[in-house]
Parts: sequence; structure tokens; C-alpha cells
Amino acid sequence: MNINDLTVGQEIGSDTFSFTRDSLVKYAGASGDFNPIHYRDDFAKSVGLDGVLAHGMLTMGVAVQVAVNWIGDSGKVIDYGVRFTKPVFVPADGKAEVVVTGKIGAIDLESGTVRVDLSAISSEVAVLGKAQAVIKL
Amino acid sequence: MVNPNVQGKKYPETPTYLVGREKIREFANAVFSTSPLNHDVAAAQAAGYSDIVAPPTFGVVIQERSLHTVLADPEADIDFSRVVHGDQRFISNRPIVAGDELTSVLTVASVKSLGAHSMVTFNTEIFDAKKELVCTAISTLVVRGAES
Repeated sequence: MNINDLTVGQEIGSDTFSFTRDSLVKYAGASGDFNPIHYRDDFAKSVGLDGVLAHGMLTMGVAVQVAVNWIGDSGKVIDYGVRFTKPVFVPADGKAEVVVTGKIGAIDLESGTVRVDLSAISSEVAVLGKAQAVIKL
Repeated sequence: MVNPNVQGKKYPETPTYLVGREKIREFANAVFSTSPLNHDVAAAQAAGYSDIVAPPTFGVVIQERSLHTVLADPEADIDFSRVVHGDQRFISNRPIVAGDELTSVLTVASVKSLGAHSMVTFNTEIFDAKKELVCTAISTLVVRGAES
């Protein structure tokens, strides 16, 4: 990929991810984050939440896949940060969809890096804020 | 409330974590990665890596181990059941690959109070077997105050 062919604002890809309770249990095991707010309704309610919610880190890990699929090499993501703005509630018997879109946010010719700005939308609200992945081309 | 006196506190290095191929594959599957470099040794080696490459957020597995030491620290006084993740960042010097032997050192960068809530920022530096910095994971947790 030639950095000179890219333009700020250009869309690099989009994908829809479906989270079920299985996704949350799988992520808990893979990450080691066994906070029961991510798999037990009774526990989530007891700490004042509306229900079981996805790990923010699951949404973060999934969102960057749009950038990884575009560049083809996850090792080229040298800096990746997000804010968790809204929870993604995942029903026991259904799914929550997260739509992720990536756009070129900035191009740095000197360092040969590109910043990809990711949006992650679930039920029409942005669940990540300032989700930015810097990619070394 | 989180004890503000733990600001600046550095926690002991975590025991060595050996990054396994199947752990990377398990994590890659959990974050819906279909990238061959996260799954297929030959594809990773063809791209110049020694073994399969961990997804960009894999450092959280190591960060989690450091966080457990803080959550277990009575001085910090963090109620895990009231914790919500505020933000997260990974600054990588190089990607984590299978076979890496990683340790981490966590420092409490800041403790702020926001009304009844506390915001705690942790910097977790992840090192390889040569003690070279692989990645810095920066995490802010919001600890919700008890409802009145």
C-alpha cells in the first residue's frame, strides 16, 4: 500500500459484528476478565446496571479488526486507543450488533504512519469514542 | 473511594507469562479476527514474524494479571464489582508473538475523584525476556461510588 495514494476522510472498510452471551463468555476466558457483570444478569442488576454488558475490551478488540483487515497485518498497528462511551447490552436470548466503520483520520508522510479513526455504533449510539489506530505502513 | 495515596505506587513485576500459540488463536477468535497472521504459522513467518502474531489488544491479557495485584491490594481499596472501564490504549514497540516470555510492571499514574466516583489510571509496561519494552498498556478505570 502506497501512503501517497491515501486521502484523509477516505473510508477503509466497514463490518458488522454480532455479540451473543457466548461471545462474552469466550472473551472472558480468552482475556481473563471474569467480572460477572459480563455473564450474570442477577449480578449486573445488583450493582445497578440494566443488564449484562459486553466487555469494553471486546468491542475495542473487535473494532480494530476493520483496520487490520484493511492493512492485512495486525503487527502494523503501533498505537491503538479508545474511550468507552456507552455500554453494549447483550440479551440472554438474542444478540447485540456493533457496526464498525474505519476512515483515514490523518496521514504522516514523515513517519510513514496513518491514523485510522474507527466508529462503533450499536443500537444507533456510538459505543466507542476517539477510537484511533495508528498504522505503520 | 480509591485511596489517593496509591498515586505513583509501583507494583512488583508479574511472573513470566509464556505466550502460547493456542492462547493467541483463542484470543483472536474471541475478537472475531480472521487475519491469517493471528492463526497460521506459515502465513506469519511469510510476513517476517517468528510465529503467529497476537491481535493489537492482546496486551490486555498481561495487563489483567498486573491489575489483579492492584485489585487485591487493600491499600488501593478498589471495589472490583463497581469498576467500569473508562478508556484504554496500547502503545506498541513491536507486536507480541507466540513464544514471547513477558513480564509486566504496573504503576498507578493517577487517582482522581469525580463527585462520588474515582478515576484511576494505570500504566502497565510489558517487557520481553531481554527486558526490552514491548508495549505500554494505559488503562483508566472508573470506580462508581456507592449509591446513597
